[in-house]
Amino acid sequence: MSSSPALSLPTETRWTRFANFWADYRQSPVAVAALIVVVVIVLMALLAPLVAPQDPYNQGALDLFDARLEPGEVGSGGYVHWLGTDAAGRDLFSAILYGLRTSLIVGVMAGTLALVLGTTVGLIAAYYGGRVEAIIMRIIDLQLSLPAILLALVLVAMLGQGLMQLVAALVAAQYAYFARTTHGAASAERRKDYIEAALSTPLPARHVLFRHLLPNALPPLIVVATVQVANSIALEATLSFLGLGLPITQPSLGSLISNGFQFLLSGRYWISIYPGIALMLTVVAINLVGDQVRNVLNPRRSR
Amino acid sequence: MPAALLDIDHVSKRFVKHPNLGERVAGLLGAGPKTEIVRAVTDVSLNVAKGEVVGLVGESGCGKSTLGRMIAGIYTPSDGKILFDKVPVAKEQGRRTQKLTTRVQMIHQDPFASLNPRIRIGDTVAEGPVAHRIVKPREADSYVADLLGRVGLDPTYRRRFPHQFSGGQRQRIAIARALAMKPDLLVLDEPVASLDVSIQAQVLNLFMDLRRDLDLTGIFISHDLGVVRHVSDRVAIMYLGRIVELAPTAELYAAPNHPYTRALFESVPRVGVGKKNFRPIAGEIPSPLHPPSGCHFHPRCPFAGPRCKREAPPLTAIGPGRFSACHLNTGGTD
Repeated sequence: MSSSPALSLPTETRWTRFANFWADYRQSPVAVAALIVVVVIVLMALLAPLVAPQDPYNQGALDLFDARLEPGEVGSGGYVHWLGTDAAGRDLFSAILYGLRTSLIVGVMAGTLALVLGTTVGLIAAYYGGRVEAIIMRIIDLQLSLPAILLALVLVAMLGQGLMQLVAALVAAQYAYFARTTHGAASAERRKDYIEAALSTPLPARHVLFRHLLPNALPPLIVVATVQVANSIALEATLSFLGLGLPITQPSLGSLISNGFQFLLSGRYWISIYPGIALMLTVVAINLVGDQVRNVLNPRRSR
Repeated sequence: MPAALLDIDHVSKRFVKHPNLGERVAGLLGAGPKTEIVRAVTDVSLNVAKGEVVGLVGESGCGKSTLGRMIAGIYTPSDGKILFDKVPVAKEQGRRTQKLTTRVQMIHQDPFASLNPRIRIGDTVAEGPVAHRIVKPREADSYVADLLGRVGLDPTYRRRFPHQFSGGQRQRIAIARALAMKPDLLVLDEPVASLDVSIQAQVLNLFMDLRRDLDLTGIFISHDLGVVRHVSDRVAIMYLGRIVELAPTAELYAAPNHPYTRALFESVPRVGVGKKNFRPIAGEIPSPLHPPSGCHFHPRCPFAGPRCKREAPPLTAIGPGRFSACHLNTGGTD
């Protein structure tokens, strides 16, 4: 018996795949700018204790003489408050950096947990089919028909204040998006021959689910995950703005915005506006990155 | 004759399309669609002895792949049972099918769809035997290398992904995956239909070599009479869910009995013999949703009489080891 001749195809490594991905991603200058913004925001949030001139968690360091300083004024600390201070004399630039940190942590944590939970639920529905699928997907449909903010509001009101409670509420409000996406992708894969081959070997259910079905249903999830992190951040900001999120002693972007809201009409715009701009930049940048990732990963994209 | 390794006993498979909620409500009001039943396989019985290869031949939609999938434990029969070595191949568990044996393995038609594109082929081959403790995880690598060599692939390819292989090479990988489970029975569902003709011969020869070396039993599903003749000991001809003729290969090809078998042979185009000496079978294959009464073949059969419309002919012996389901053999069509 003759052996088939060796193929001389170049081996596709992780690196070449990433290089191809980057070559496609780069096509949109807006998306590249958005990516840079995201990277800068993440770095500033991570390095907040080093970059920020003041620790907004430390109530003792605040000086009421510094209250409501305009952007650019020098306070009692001897440094310039580039974005001004709030009613408690808190340096807004520092508060925004720490707020970004809280918002990103909440957003990424909620996004990741919702991804894990939603993916598992969607996979199980697609794999088992029949009644299991019908029940799970009807619950998901029901939940998707309610506004996420409403559900999150009710949950936060029930669970009380705190970082973990907030994350739990966000996960409960958002896992349904992941479940729906996973279910769609996995249902399509479920009908393919390689799944049938795995079932007729037979491989254990968890192998089929997590080694065969999940990796092939993953690409659309990456995109949903990016967008949902941005949505989590916006949702958290909304909850905090409404006073249901985190207390002002633990600033997040939402509570900072609401903190300055009362001064908006008295000419002290900066207390609300700058955290608002930071929030908008973050959410828009993450969304733009997610959109471009979707465009690159979608083979039917139009150029 | 040795005891049958595979015993297919009066097996039928119906696919029922259940109406969904909306359609059921419409049904209550007298407007919805009725429950639709596709009779893919009807009352098929067949014994396969150890070491034997049986070819299943028929037009597309005749139920040969459904029968193959039931033998491979992917579907469970609606009626009857399929015993492998006296044990059912699969059982129904809720609405899912639980396969009970690893000794029956299947090779799919399309090697581009049957390999997981995101798993290295070595892992694809090793996964089953490791999960079923046929090999220890430590020894899996050399086990895979050995198998790849056996199916004519370079063992160093095991770190590659399926897209780096041609169709013929992929089918060899699929064969290696099936062999890794140390099967006694292989179900081959049109294993060469999607390959180039030159590659078809290579894969068929590989299968013949493996069959001899490993003492394999096989169910070979195909619509290609030439391929089936090459590999099978016996051939079963299927038409619309039923076996219409079953005979040793040589005898079937020398003297086909059933009118459908004869029509199949006449419809095969041959090169170099006259101009146009093949005749297509008249008419279309009927829908298994609404099969014809009596003998399923009667609307297209040149010998059909009134009896063919009334009663279905059973598969009856017409010689040693030969069976045919036609009224012509049992008292005529009137």
